[in-house]
Amino acid sequence: MSGSRRHSMIGDALAQVGAAGLFLFAILAAMPKSVRHFRETLRQIWFVGAMSLVIIMTCGLFVGMVLSLQLYYTLAKFGGTAALGTVVALSLFRELGPVVTALLFAGRAGTSMTAEIGLMRATDQLSAMEMMAVDPLAYVVAPRFIAGIVAMPLLACVFNALGILGAHAVGVSWLGLDNGTFWGNMSSNVEVWSDLVNGVWKSAAFGAVIALIATFQGYTTPPTSEGVAYATTRTVVSSSIVVLALDFVMTAFLM
Amino acid sequence: MNTPNPSASIESPGSTTDAYVQIRGLHTVLGDKVLFDGVDLDIPRGKITAIMGPSGTGKTTLLRHITGQLAADAGEIRVDDKDVPRLSRKQLFDLREGIGYLFQNSALLTDFSVFENVAFPLRQHLRLPEEIVRNIVLTRLQAVGLRGAAELMPAELSGGMARRVALARAMIRDPGLMIYDEPFVGLDPIALNQVLKLIRTLNDTLGITSILVAHEFAAVRRAADHVYLIAGGKVAAHGHPDELAERDSPWTRQFFGGEADGPVPFEYPARDYAVDLGFPAGAP
Amino acid sequence: MTQPRRSFQVGTGLFILLGFAALAYLATQTTSVANYTEGDSYTLKAKFSNIGQLKQRAPVKLAGVRIGSVKSIALDPQSLEALVTIGIDTRFKDIPDDSGAAIFTSGLLGDQYVGVQPGGSPVAFKDGDEFILTQSSMQLEDLIGKFLVSGDTPKKPANAATPTTDDVEPAAKNP
Repeated sequence: MSGSRRHSMIGDALAQVGAAGLFLFAILAAMPKSVRHFRETLRQIWFVGAMSLVIIMTCGLFVGMVLSLQLYYTLAKFGGTAALGTVVALSLFRELGPVVTALLFAGRAGTSMTAEIGLMRATDQLSAMEMMAVDPLAYVVAPRFIAGIVAMPLLACVFNALGILGAHAVGVSWLGLDNGTFWGNMSSNVEVWSDLVNGVWKSAAFGAVIALIATFQGYTTPPTSEGVAYATTRTVVSSSIVVLALDFVMTAFLM
Repeated sequence: MNTPNPSASIESPGSTTDAYVQIRGLHTVLGDKVLFDGVDLDIPRGKITAIMGPSGTGKTTLLRHITGQLAADAGEIRVDDKDVPRLSRKQLFDLREGIGYLFQNSALLTDFSVFENVAFPLRQHLRLPEEIVRNIVLTRLQAVGLRGAAELMPAELSGGMARRVALARAMIRDPGLMIYDEPFVGLDPIALNQVLKLIRTLNDTLGITSILVAHEFAAVRRAADHVYLIAGGKVAAHGHPDELAERDSPWTRQFFGGEADGPVPFEYPARDYAVDLGFPAGAP
Repeated sequence: MTQPRRSFQVGTGLFILLGFAALAYLATQTTSVANYTEGDSYTLKAKFSNIGQLKQRAPVKLAGVRIGSVKSIALDPQSLEALVTIGIDTRFKDIPDDSGAAIFTSGLLGDQYVGVQPGGSPVAFKDGDEFILTQSSMQLEDLIGKFLVSGDTPKKPANAATPTTDDVEPAAKNP
């Protein structure tokens, strides 16, 4: 009994992954048509990007501050506080920036994408578009997918910048590290392409994955309020897992 | 020779030239439920045809077949002489541009104002100057009596108003075929009469072919020229509403008379009652 | 309707601008690009027997002030020494041509940089010149080795220690 159940659960999961993959192809196929909906894409960038700014900036600041505080005491044990700026910048650019931004993005923008599309499904708005000869994939899904890819790296950069400022505030203004050492050490050890830009690629990939999962969950949700609620939860759970797994894979291959 | 014979066209409403929508031998199985088991149906041009039937007989599914949103398992569906199941997605979209569809729950786009909702099909398909868009939208809103509500958001509308806005949106591109999916559900008698009057006026003034799916026989009787009663996966009866109301078949009697039990059973199919209660089968 | 549409377009534009501003800020302020903003420079060469952890773009300092950076690091096939090419900002064009170059470590765990010790010659370096006096990177292992050996010296004859200190010999000359 439980064996067959587990079997069907694995089967369900595989079917979901397969369906999401096909959905990705459908989005890509609808891409050329969505060029006409450029305005809608801009609007989505506004919704998923600019509307997430406050949470991203606040969290970036605090993550930078706590990172600085923790690392200062650890580095002080080895007499290496001069490396504080470097360590903070590297951990932010390479890991924490893209990953924490992605997790916040999934919670803030991913869920709203799923809920919005799910609600459109439940209230027949997607069918209405079909009937008005407007392809919902091109008008609703593709602009959100593009918005995810565009907004995520920008948000990650804002997160990183605020993180550095937070780290500077704690390290230099509060703990009394030398300002020149902080910046100088950082700038001679952080590489633009291998550290900063790799993080940007990473976050673009995370943005694509989150937007894909969020739109897929919303698009295929059962058209009930319960279905939409479950779909929103699944968006957060699956995109968190996929982001962290993809992070490992990308780190292993990219760096 | 050249003069058309008026009686002939009236006598044969099912002939190809006269039917806007023609369905032959439709078979559909959804899950393990047989929805349609050989349905033949003609929607005459320029008339209002009502499709009625008990809940769950697949009336909305039938509409989805006609508009190509759902593929049937077998059967022929022709809309405006186009073979719907064989159309490509592009051709299907072209066909749909000529169809207005009023959804059960209006399906207005929540992000847009009333004005933008009605303008949506125009903006998506035609590149018209803003001036013209504005004029077309306002005349349509005026026709449904909601020109004053143009700047409201859908959330601010009552059910009847939303239905009328959806109607204005559905007819914005002068469709050849209008489909109304349960347009009277959830409306108070006043709103119901308003919508009913609009459907009738639209049909009379613009000569649109209409398909009306509804439960309310009294309303249908006032609007429709022709009624199809679908039950048990087949066309149970069809004809003029008055004639159908008079007809003495168990289906029409139950449906139009509103009897609780009849050909449409009150009880869901179940095992033997006694067995379910734990008595031996056939015990007294 | 045009009003709200315009406002979100402007907002989206501002958001994208902010994102790119953040990226530009990070790139110029926190990464090695910050070190590219040197303007014109002239190149000098220096050979070291061991460069340790010296990396490309490592700073070059004189009296602790940054005057340039390491352009490239290669192995000289004849002398089998590391050939380090250094770019010096043209603002510092009066460096005596008998100055020495050494590889230092900033702090115990810090990264390495090239330190220039000015000489006394009236002639300045020209583009493409080579440092004659160089001092290799101080390897931690050598340092420990030297410490152990010097700790032992009182018990052993002085000439027994000389072969091991061979590599560190120039370091003694240049304090």
